[in-house]
Amino acid sequence: MSPALAGVLFIGSLVVALALTHRPLGDHMYRVYSGTRHLAVEKVAYRLIGVRPETEQPWPVYARAVLAFSAVSILVLYAFQRLQDRLFLSLGLPAVPGHLAWNTAVSFVTNTNWQAYSGESTMGHLVQMAGLAVQNFVSAAVGMAVAVALVRGFARRRTGDLGNFWVDLVRGIVRILLPLAFLGALVLLAGGLVQNLSGGHEVAAIAGGTQQITGGPVASQEIIKELGTNGGGFYNVNSAHPFENATTWTNWVEVFALLVLPFALPRTFGRMVGDRRQGYAIAAVMAVLAITSVAVLTGLEVAHNGTVPQAVGAAMEGKEVRFGVPDSGAFAAATTLTSTGAVNSFHDSFTALGGGMTMVNMMLGEVAPGGVGSGLYGMLVLAVITVFVAGLMVGRTPEYLGKKIGPREIKLASLYFLTTPVLVLAGTALAMGSAEQRASMLNPGAHGLSEVLYAFTSAAANNGSAFAGLTANTPWYDTVLGLCMAFGRFLPIVFVLALAGSLARQSPVPASAGTLPTHRPLFVGMVTGVTVVLVALTFLPALALGPLAEGIH
Amino acid sequence: MIPGIHAPGRAPAPPARTPTPRDGKVGGGLLDPAQLLTSLPDALRKLNPATLWRNPVMFIVEIGAAFTTVLAVTRPSFFAWAITAWLWLTVVFANLAEAVAEGRGKAQAATLRAAKRDTTARRLRDWRPGREPAAFDTIGATELAQGDIVVVAAGEIIPGDGDVVEGIASVDESAITGESAPVIRESGGDRSAVTGGTKVLSDRVIVKITQRPGESFIDRMIALVEGANRQKTPNEIALNILLAALTIIFLVATVTMQPLAIYAKSVNPGVPDSLALTGDGVSGIVLVSLLVCLIPTTIGALLSAIGIAGMDRLVQRNVLAVSGRAVEAAGDVGTLLLDKTGTITLGNRQASDFVPVAGVSTGELAEAAQLASLADETPEGRSIVVYAKQAYGLRERAPGELAHAEWIPFTAQTRMSGVDVDGRQVRKGAATSVMKWVRDHGGHPTADVGALVDGISASGGTPLVVGEITGGTARVLGVVHLKDVVKEGMRERFEHMRRMGIRTVMITGDNPLTARAIADEAGVDDFLAEATPEDKLALIRKEQEGGRLVAMTGDGTNDAPALAQADVGVAMNTGTSAAKEAGNMVDLDSNPTKLIEIVEIGKQLLITRGALTTFSIANDIAKYFAIIPAMFAAVYPGLDTLNVMRLHSPQSAILSAVVFNAVVIVALIPLALRGVRYRPSSADKLLSRNLYLYGLGGIVVPFAGIKLIDLIVQFLPGMS
Repeated sequence: MSPALAGVLFIGSLVVALALTHRPLGDHMYRVYSGTRHLAVEKVAYRLIGVRPETEQPWPVYARAVLAFSAVSILVLYAFQRLQDRLFLSLGLPAVPGHLAWNTAVSFVTNTNWQAYSGESTMGHLVQMAGLAVQNFVSAAVGMAVAVALVRGFARRRTGDLGNFWVDLVRGIVRILLPLAFLGALVLLAGGLVQNLSGGHEVAAIAGGTQQITGGPVASQEIIKELGTNGGGFYNVNSAHPFENATTWTNWVEVFALLVLPFALPRTFGRMVGDRRQGYAIAAVMAVLAITSVAVLTGLEVAHNGTVPQAVGAAMEGKEVRFGVPDSGAFAAATTLTSTGAVNSFHDSFTALGGGMTMVNMMLGEVAPGGVGSGLYGMLVLAVITVFVAGLMVGRTPEYLGKKIGPREIKLASLYFLTTPVLVLAGTALAMGSAEQRASMLNPGAHGLSEVLYAFTSAAANNGSAFAGLTANTPWYDTVLGLCMAFGRFLPIVFVLALAGSLARQSPVPASAGTLPTHRPLFVGMVTGVTVVLVALTFLPALALGPLAEGIH
Repeated sequence: MIPGIHAPGRAPAPPARTPTPRDGKVGGGLLDPAQLLTSLPDALRKLNPATLWRNPVMFIVEIGAAFTTVLAVTRPSFFAWAITAWLWLTVVFANLAEAVAEGRGKAQAATLRAAKRDTTARRLRDWRPGREPAAFDTIGATELAQGDIVVVAAGEIIPGDGDVVEGIASVDESAITGESAPVIRESGGDRSAVTGGTKVLSDRVIVKITQRPGESFIDRMIALVEGANRQKTPNEIALNILLAALTIIFLVATVTMQPLAIYAKSVNPGVPDSLALTGDGVSGIVLVSLLVCLIPTTIGALLSAIGIAGMDRLVQRNVLAVSGRAVEAAGDVGTLLLDKTGTITLGNRQASDFVPVAGVSTGELAEAAQLASLADETPEGRSIVVYAKQAYGLRERAPGELAHAEWIPFTAQTRMSGVDVDGRQVRKGAATSVMKWVRDHGGHPTADVGALVDGISASGGTPLVVGEITGGTARVLGVVHLKDVVKEGMRERFEHMRRMGIRTVMITGDNPLTARAIADEAGVDDFLAEATPEDKLALIRKEQEGGRLVAMTGDGTNDAPALAQADVGVAMNTGTSAAKEAGNMVDLDSNPTKLIEIVEIGKQLLITRGALTTFSIANDIAKYFAIIPAMFAAVYPGLDTLNVMRLHSPQSAILSAVVFNAVVIVALIPLALRGVRYRPSSADKLLSRNLYLYGLGGIVVPFAGIKLIDLIVQFLPGMS
């Protein structure tokens, strides 16, 4: 089988698998978030947290719950790392330095999983399992809860209530993430991933000398890393490590796992608003953007423009031989299109334009399909903007799913889509304006600029993948990128919940022949256009000086 | 409608007038180039930052223009001055759009002011209804207070808004309506309201003043057309927020580019400094140019003009909207409540068929019916004569022609009219009366007469029976079918409405049977029969519960609660002041059909806004392709690939983009004022048409436009 055919099969089979799971998984999530029954284990959890699961929360209460829960999570994770040396299973590793602990705590709580450290030489097993992996579950569940709250805003009428955050959180973990992660971990174990509490083995390397090989609870952490679109690897080299990603087919499973929930959520949305076609339209926008991006990125990597790749016949630098170029390209596209940020190859070593494409994926606002939950709410905000701009053209004040898009709604949606570009561009400008911060770049010139731009894009968009090359574990980068992650996560969440609150209060306008149809291909095309023109083009000046400058000859 | 108010015999509503511009009024939407010149002083006045800040997009452009002016003064070059000039022009063009739109309102206000002359009033003392006015004081019209009673005689100007409490007069209201035909104003009923500034032509009326000083109808109209207290509508506010957000994003994008550009220049030390990029980064002039090109200046410049022009289009059609909000709501209307009489039907029943009984020819029946109706001066009677003439070629005979005929006119008691001539008696009238007449004279109406009568009643028509006595035998000849005639073209209009997603509900005082027949014929979606004002109000509330916006027209005092409840309440100018007070629009022509036009104008306003926003945003793509290579191709020659338009030089590229950005505003002013072409159709069709036109057009046009401008500006000095 030629590599090209293998690549097409790899991507084609992913599309088929995602199409097959879209419906049952989306329906399952619809039942999870709409049901009234509580499982026994959930009742215990509610008693432990001290909440009455029947109480409904208006948006400010919902938002306060999200923020309080996340703040406590950051504190706990910070303390965990700082006290690592005094805890068991630390593998004798020292306490994590303050700035790195802050950065890592924010990173995992915001579902970013930016790692300014190497996992195996910084974090002990306990911190990995009880700290980081727990956040992999809960941060993903928080994203889904917020998305569901926004969908309820569209679906409900004349109410201030958006549901109960604690119920949404617990159900997301207990009924969606845990069962899927358990299944997935078994599959990955079968694929050759390790799962132990070993402190490491010293082995003799072929070239002479010895090498320390750390084991650990890898498979269990690997699967939630993908399922929850987290991306924080157990090992420094992330999914390029054979213990994290053993073969081509575990690679397929991992790419599938990181796409499966975000692509099923539009179905949940369609069911909750009572019109499945609306869900298909949102899924279609995600699919159009994603397939285009995967095709372009893989195409660029296979075409391997550039002096060295052309000389050696393939753009293999930074890629694993066992995956090859197309599968690495597909992984890179999928991980940046979702807010995962796991990597099985080094984006820094991609062709200039291929690396630029990974940035564009994140700059789209992580919506195609984006992170679990965050992708859906991001896309819905873009749909609101689209309805507003183009919806006027049917001669009515714009409405989406029967809810009018007035000044308050557009204010919140605007604030939402302002946040990421401002953080990315301001952060990059600050770093590039300072000689001290520029010193962190590995490469000079346009490529170095790309490294910095990538870091801020990844942090603000809560992706977490690294272009690599940039020495990011400095107090300045740890602090500033940590702030970017926190603002990039929680400001949009607050805006989304406020938007949900204002939508839920409205009574819907019945659809008629005069209503802008939001389930037709035309609308899909419009949302795609708005995403590209309004969001991605904002970054064109910066991209021109980074990847474009480097890549166009 | 309330039975009795729209009873037969009531004067029909004034005929619908086509919305052609009247003498002395601004044309309906076309832009006279001279207007641009006359509005220029206003446009320059609007450069004042104290007022311009309300438009954040143009305010940023003005700051940018001021900044480049300083740069051009300190380091003069042709390029710097050219950019600076065009940036200022961009702001001026935007102000011009607004000033032109406002200017049309001012012209209208001037004609209104002419009507607001200083008049004197004769205020009555101790006047009681029914008593002859005796003592009065002559005071200035401005001194009149609410509740004062004044007397106005023929030839005098009515000193203030009020209701006629006694008398009847013909009044010339051309000052406000532009309609030269006088109207009748009388005490009681729904035609009692008079407007200050109008002139009594005949007779004398006693008027109770209802306005507060300085708040007359004309005062309010002047304020409205001048846009004196124009407030932004919710949709305008929302759009402004979005535009402000886009402006912020592009501001951030351009400002943060600077450290990146400085770095790019520093790592390529071999590249000589250019006009656009030096070791200090992108020059201020180029940075401002990029910013101005990227922020949505086109829609930012035209937004307020679109709103003003929308109100103005209503004024052209003689409709005054109290607020822009009402115009916007008109576009959103989901349910139209339309009065049957005057709106859907012509307002009186007309003969539409002659149905003879067995053994009688239609011609015979037509001849007898016409003969019997010659002396009937009611509209129904006239219509029989006319129909017989049109359909059967029967000449209309003047009563005098038949010298020895005895005419029996229609009375409410006999409910018949007819004629006795040459031993033949012909009668036409209500079924029961004529049948009784036939029976009394020994005739025996056959059973099929009853069937015909019932059939016509069941279909919503009114049957009139024709009988005759010749040679001593009385018999029934047949039945005349009178019908409420639906205005021509209504069916198609309602069909349009349905395609636009608007439900039409007919309101009528008729019984459900008649109502259904007319509703079916007119093609409305629903009807409300035997409607009382309470029913109407309840219907509006019910529709609003369901999330639909409701529009209606009304003129009577009893319509006032419904007018106030409706989202778009159009009061007829002939109506009472209570109705005019309750509605949020007044139709000076008092033409209820105009509601449909109002909805279309509302939609057109919103479409224009959306189309120009889409156009404006789509424009950015081309501008990126013009300016980014211009700035950075010197450092990274590969970026010249992005110069797809093959523009002459960096300077010409940037100048061309800025010029295009300014010129497109002027080019679109006529469109903003006129509104985009609008044809009622489904949302889907509208969307695809406008999306291709303004979205795709917005992407393509600037590529062509910038290239064309570049072909010219490349010959200017300093462009290479």
